[in-house]
Amino acid sequence: MAIVFQPTEGLTKKPLHYCPGCNHGIIHRIIAETMVEMGILNDAIGVASVGCTYNSYEYFSCDMVQAAHGRAPAVATGIKRTHKDKIVFTYQGDGDLASIGTAEIIHAAARGEKICAFFVNNAVYGMTSGQMAPTTLLGQVTTTSPFGRDASYQGYPINVSELISQLTGAVYVERVCLTDYKNIMNAKKAIKKAFEVQMSGKGFAFVEFLSTCPTNWGKEPCAAMEWLKEKMIPQYPLGCFKDTSNEEVKA
Amino acid sequence: MAQKRVLMKGNEVIAEAALRAGCRNYFGYPITPQTEVMHYMAKKMVQIGGNFVQAESEVSAINMVYGAASAGARVMTSSSSPGISLKQEGISYIAGAELPAVVVNIVRAGPGLGGIQPAQGDYFQATKGGGHGDYRNLVIAPASVQELYELTVEAFNLADKYRMLVMILGDGTLGQMMEPVAFRDEEPIETYEKPWACTGRGDRKEHNTITSIYIDPDVLEAKNRELQEKYKIVEENEVRYEAIGLEDAEIVITAFSTCSRISKNVIRQAAELGIKVGMIRPITLWPFPSKIISETAAKSNVKAFLDVELNAGQMVEDVRLAVNGQKPVYFHGRMGGNLPTQKEILDKIIEIHKGGNV
Repeated sequence: MAIVFQPTEGLTKKPLHYCPGCNHGIIHRIIAETMVEMGILNDAIGVASVGCTYNSYEYFSCDMVQAAHGRAPAVATGIKRTHKDKIVFTYQGDGDLASIGTAEIIHAAARGEKICAFFVNNAVYGMTSGQMAPTTLLGQVTTTSPFGRDASYQGYPINVSELISQLTGAVYVERVCLTDYKNIMNAKKAIKKAFEVQMSGKGFAFVEFLSTCPTNWGKEPCAAMEWLKEKMIPQYPLGCFKDTSNEEVKA
Repeated sequence: MAQKRVLMKGNEVIAEAALRAGCRNYFGYPITPQTEVMHYMAKKMVQIGGNFVQAESEVSAINMVYGAASAGARVMTSSSSPGISLKQEGISYIAGAELPAVVVNIVRAGPGLGGIQPAQGDYFQATKGGGHGDYRNLVIAPASVQELYELTVEAFNLADKYRMLVMILGDGTLGQMMEPVAFRDEEPIETYEKPWACTGRGDRKEHNTITSIYIDPDVLEAKNRELQEKYKIVEENEVRYEAIGLEDAEIVITAFSTCSRISKNVIRQAAELGIKVGMIRPITLWPFPSKIISETAAKSNVKAFLDVELNAGQMVEDVRLAVNGQKPVYFHGRMGGNLPTQKEILDKIIEIHKGGNV
């Protein structure tokens, strides 16, 4: 019998702890598969962050370093500068990257660090039980915006991909989602492109994944996916915001 | 062994020593009075093909250190008091993940933004934790530019040997002063295998992971016990101090770094007045030389201790713990960036001597 489907070598056998309907599992899998397909798994060093994905260092089968909250891009900088020939990536959520870690991500991009940052945006703090994130939508109810996010009181969502794309050191910036097969394949292409940019030595690569959080959104998995399409995508449009990988590196 | 001596600034010597020790990764953020460490690195590190990164903050710099240490590199950062406060998060993680790293604190006066003049007000922070959780850093307090050189080289060996953070605790005086320093032709670099480092899996069957998170309380407690066992070994093997004139001293000064330099002159001046003064100078602040202090306190010739510091009295608590009530322990300190004069210390000695305690 032909094998038509099997676990990827890019992930360990440890069962994922993510909630049903959460997109982290898909994102883990396509990053891991891409590393295997590109033949870079044994050269990769990943950096896990703080939040729901704190444990991702046990899931990816490449070497993994667990970083403090928001600091993954700085940790990745230290690793990449030490091993310039290795592939270094961070895996961060929106509380981690867009709130406490804004300085680290902006400056890693500005320095044109030759790393990939994979950013999972689910518009909420997951691990600590559904607080408002910088990416929380206007009107969205969370445990710390119980009356809905009010712009006059709590400000506006941050569109991180658009922000990062303004920096010269960022070579490739794309936002993707995982709502269906086509989008998942598209997300996988973005991951591959990000690794290729790093391998070319051109600079910083950033992929933002819009993701669901059924548990903290208080929705069934399917309804959460619909909410992502209806509410999140208008605020966070999909697409490639920047690709200067064909341009010469500025001295 | 005797080499040509060169006149160099303390901060520059720290950087030179790190390069000689094989450190090829430096991550820093500007702050007075440690800036010359960074300036030296910015030039020399790059010239020899190492990594120098000016980070966006001290927080980021210490996390770059965490990353490079995870990857198996010899790595250093330097800062001064307010910057070291910002690094405490990373320092705790480095302790938790058992990573070797060297952190230099050229201490300035606090609290808060404080001033830019020398102080020793970070003794508690350096030796008692600073960051969260039960951990220790090996803390070394050089007292001269020559010692800055030799002990910085040693710091890298100790960091690798014990997989722990070694802090060089200097102060603005030491960092800014110029003194002759004799460099060795060859450094006593100890090489330790790092099979735990994240270097890319290569042919390894299992992936390496660096982490400080252990959600299961039993596992975390076991991890803590392992750390404490390691710290015990460090306490048994790495205590360093300098002892002067303990055989007949009536009063024993305890002082580290800059204060020991000032106090040394006072010993001579007191002798001229017929007062026998000795000194114990801790070189490692953690592990602390409690044993020699305790043994000295038990000696019949020793009548009292005088602890001299650039703070409101921090190391004196450890001195009192070691003396354990055997003899009185007096304290003299200056703060805000001021140094005690020799006369101030001598007057204190005379006062103790007259007070009937000697």
